[in-house]
Amino acid sequence: MKAAVAAAIALASLTGLALGAPQWLVFMAMLVLAKGVVVLGLLVLMRTGLVSFGQGLYFGIGAYAAALLSHHWHINDAAVMLVAGAAAAALTAALLGLLLAGYRDIFFAMLSLAFSMILYGLLVKSAALGSTDGFNLHARTFVGVALTAGSERRVFLMAGSICAVVAALLVHRLLGGNWGRLSTAVRDNELRVSYLGASPYRVVYANYLIAGALAGLGGALAALAVGHVDPETAYWTTSGEFVFIAILGGTQSILAPFMAAAIFEALRTIASQYAPNVWQMSLGLAMLAIIMFLPAGLWSLAERRRRSA
Amino acid sequence: MGCRRFISMTSILPVAFDGIAYASWLFLISAGLTLIYGVMRILNVAHGSLYALGAYAACSLAGAWLTAGLPAAGSFAMLLLAAILVGCVVGPLLERGLLQWMYGKDEVVLVLITYAVFLIMEDVIKLVWGVDSLLLPEPYALPGNFSLGGLAYPVYNLLLIAMALVTGLALAWVLYRTRQGKLLLAVIHDREMSMAMGINVSRVYLATFAVGATLAALGGAFTAPTLAVTPGIGVEVIVLAFAVVVIGGLGSLGGAALGALMVGLVRSATVRYWPEAELFSIYAVMAIVLIVRPKGLFAAQEARKI
Repeated sequence: MKAAVAAAIALASLTGLALGAPQWLVFMAMLVLAKGVVVLGLLVLMRTGLVSFGQGLYFGIGAYAAALLSHHWHINDAAVMLVAGAAAAALTAALLGLLLAGYRDIFFAMLSLAFSMILYGLLVKSAALGSTDGFNLHARTFVGVALTAGSERRVFLMAGSICAVVAALLVHRLLGGNWGRLSTAVRDNELRVSYLGASPYRVVYANYLIAGALAGLGGALAALAVGHVDPETAYWTTSGEFVFIAILGGTQSILAPFMAAAIFEALRTIASQYAPNVWQMSLGLAMLAIIMFLPAGLWSLAERRRRSA
Repeated sequence: MGCRRFISMTSILPVAFDGIAYASWLFLISAGLTLIYGVMRILNVAHGSLYALGAYAACSLAGAWLTAGLPAAGSFAMLLLAAILVGCVVGPLLERGLLQWMYGKDEVVLVLITYAVFLIMEDVIKLVWGVDSLLLPEPYALPGNFSLGGLAYPVYNLLLIAMALVTGLALAWVLYRTRQGKLLLAVIHDREMSMAMGINVSRVYLATFAVGATLAALGGAFTAPTLAVTPGIGVEVIVLAFAVVVIGGLGSLGGAALGALMVGLVRSATVRYWPEAELFSIYAVMAIVLIVRPKGLFAAQEARKI
């Protein structure tokens, strides 16, 4: 019930943003949603105690899948692009997950990093996909309805909002139920879970799949927002950014990724305006401060206030 | 039909030489990374910035040496000095100032902490040295070339190979043949037990980190003459070193050597025969090794805890 209310409020305010906000804010909101969705997937994965340093792989796949549709097959429908991005990423995750679900800790992190770097290596060297420059994409319709110039991003933001809210609700339900408890149990003690008759491998696999699909959706959203894709989407620094946002927000609430992504993007915009030379430094310092003083993320501040009230 | 490439002796030799030179460079960096992981259980992302710092410090020191008109051969000593300076100043600073408060945290959290350090150092380097490229071509050109199978090769690469060999052997000797090394192995094996036996673990950590940092800086300092030193040179190196270390098995010195050799040879072979696949091949090797040996080639077995 509470979740439904929160979802309705989020949708209403995002609709307001999409209709009334200036273009730059619409653009930023889209990026926030894109990254928030990716981090939401990371959150699901982190429930099982696994951190992927390679979500850039699925982010990149989602972005390139969407862009390729318009560029190579002249399918210019934004809705199709979003679905294609998520589906392409989910397919890859279904395949790689078979392997990765057997790995834990640092090895999981490193192997997922290796896969994302493989994609990066392929993209950088493939002239057909624009090498390091990437290429542009244009979405001209949305579910068949032609988009007028200037209104595209507003429509994309609406579509993105619906995707993000639905994804967040589903993840909320999933993690709030038995599955969430099972995931936490896998994190805490895998061997006991298997003695109890559940399969940790299957739990990790499913969560990995969810994380991959969400990262693909985020990648497609980002590609629509920017109108351009390049190999940087699959680079390890992009993956690092997602992990950073996840740590920044914390993992207790499905709202945390979106809040953290918003703070991150706002900080980035401000920093690139006023202090472009110390942007990475401030990121690093913020990360250290969070890890040291708020190991459960910024969201724990909100929790603490609610408890004391 | 495209042109057919013949794999003959004349083309294998340069590929092998290039591969070994590249592997030497990789080994210098990876040895430090694997040493730090083995002892401290920290997969140090900031290793990439230590590498970059080494390169920048080398440019400054050797550049100053050369502009002062001192004998050019001395610039090699300056490269070495730069690496030792970075390793023995910045290394301990990092370990005492930050990392020593973080021991016992989850390995993945430690990766994030060093990632934060990496981000901070990236900007510090830009603030200190600016964003323009620095060039230091003299030490590379100085020893001249030698010819191999009709092709000219820089003697500098031989120097690099020699240095990697000496470093590797010295590390192995210290680790397995000296008292200090055996203490270190004891700490790697069981930290708490070695503490109980009276080993000053905190000092071992400090020394390990300083040595590891020096190795990273050494890799950077001796790369500086071969390329333009620009901001961000540490970004690519760190994932490469990760790949090497993971291939060999985290914490294994011999593994780092073998991993570096594999990555070096595979890279130079793909650059020669299939240049589009350069990056792809390196990480593909890593993925394949991890698929076959989930913890790398030489990883130690760990007891299962229930």
